[in-house]
Amino acid sequence: MKLDQVSIDKSQYKAVVIGGSAGSFQIITKILSEINPKFDLPIFMALHRLKHVRNGFIEALALKSNKIIAEPEDKEQIKRGMVYLAPANYHMYIELGNKIALSTEEMLNNSRPSIDLTFDTASYVYKNKIIGIILSGANKDGAWGMKKLKERGGLTIIQDPKDCTIDTMPTAALNITKIDLVLNPDNIVKFLNSLV
Amino acid sequence: MIEDIEISELRNLCQIVKEKYNYDFNNYAMSSFKRRVLRVLEIHKISSTLALIEKIKYDAAFFKVFLNEITVNVTEMFRDPSLWRDLRDKILPNLFSTHETIKIWHAGCSSGEEVYSMCILLKEMGLLHKVKIYATDIDEPILAKAKEGKYTIKNMIDVNEKNYIRLGGIQKLSDYYTETSGGFVKMNPSLVENVVYRSHDLVKSGVFNKFDLILCRNVLIYFNQQLQNDVFKMFHESLFNYSYFIIGSKETLIWSDVASKFIIVNSEEKVFKKVKE
Ligand SMILES: C[S@@+](CC[C@H](N)C(=O)[O-])C[C@H]1O[C@@H](n2cnc3c(N)ncnc32)[C@H](O)[C@@H]1O
Repeated sequence: MKLDQVSIDKSQYKAVVIGGSAGSFQIITKILSEINPKFDLPIFMALHRLKHVRNGFIEALALKSNKIIAEPEDKEQIKRGMVYLAPANYHMYIELGNKIALSTEEMLNNSRPSIDLTFDTASYVYKNKIIGIILSGANKDGAWGMKKLKERGGLTIIQDPKDCTIDTMPTAALNITKIDLVLNPDNIVKFLNSLV
Repeated sequence: MIEDIEISELRNLCQIVKEKYNYDFNNYAMSSFKRRVLRVLEIHKISSTLALIEKIKYDAAFFKVFLNEITVNVTEMFRDPSLWRDLRDKILPNLFSTHETIKIWHAGCSSGEEVYSMCILLKEMGLLHKVKIYATDIDEPILAKAKEGKYTIKNMIDVNEKNYIRLGGIQKLSDYYTETSGGFVKMNPSLVENVVYRSHDLVKSGVFNKFDLILCRNVLIYFNQQLQNDVFKMFHESLFNYSYFIIGSKETLIWSDVASKFIIVNSEEKVFKKVKE
């Protein structure tokens, strides 16, 4: 579906969850720097990153960001308008009761943070009130999580494989679940800003 | 494959486990606990939570396996090298400036990597003979592994040695182990002569000694906040005044009932000091 063809009740959404891996840094910084500062849904980001590098990544993302971005501590209260980045070497779960929980469980798809697990737990909590976005990446992490998100009534978006540095990840999602919107980077930003 | 479990089913499971075996998982964090149960169902090809409950009810041997799998045992030597540097350069020297000997508790030590890290650090500081270490965990099979000190070469090289180098260790990590057959290494047993391994359940076992340094890292993240709060109180009671408490790098106690009895010594590495009884 094209962006101008969608007719969805945009007021129903309460959270956004984004998964990205190899080749997604650019579009993430684009989203963060072009998003309307008034955008007030929490955004959860599970991005593949070096497991032993705790510092630097969030600073790099924050540089041009319109939003406050934080690596949550365990059981941190979710606040509107915040961007939460899964910390290095931890899975990030969304818990009932408006909290974030962290875990050092086994890697999934060779990844910790795992995109699948953030998508699964977030859609369990937010049900049909969540938007899932899968960006460029080199493995299939996120595909299963996206499927769960769709089953629970969430809205599924992928970065157009044509525009991805590496399209394995969005394509894997597309292969196993119905994707509502296939968008290029500009339209992803446009769509998010249309929610404000 | 079962893809989801109702909360009510998890409650029933916890109820049975508590009644039959006196372990209480009711206040474990929901998402990770649910995932662990799903994992047990998958590994043992059990068709439903109900079937799992029945099996646990009548099969005590299986319960041990369950307990082992429900807990998350993933660990590393020198996890967060910057913390270990802080221990070496500040915390341990500080403790030994006022103490002849010290007592350390590793709560939730899993397969023992954290304990070996501490012993290697102390050995390199020439202080290993001046400590008594208690290493505890709820999970007995994992404690047995810790005692054995046998790890895969792959992990030693891919994870542990890298952390050791990042910390700036003065030896080679391989000086502390010998290779055995089948891709394993055996840690040098003299490192852990002063270590006592014990099964201990943070939920119910309570205070058993007093310590100068407690590490409980990446354990409390599996608990909900109510349980975390209770356990923080128990740790507070288990510490001498002016002694140190270290939790995982993404954990905090600032919201807890005992927060005002600690000061933050290192906010990045989550090192706290008890300053009030
Ligand atoms: C992820 S490991 C942490 C290992 C190490 N401290 C680290 O940071 O790498 C968590 C450990 O906590 C233990 N654990 C879970 N619940 C516990 C309880 N109620 N009492 C004691 N230990 C518990 C588990 O068995 C597991 O070995």
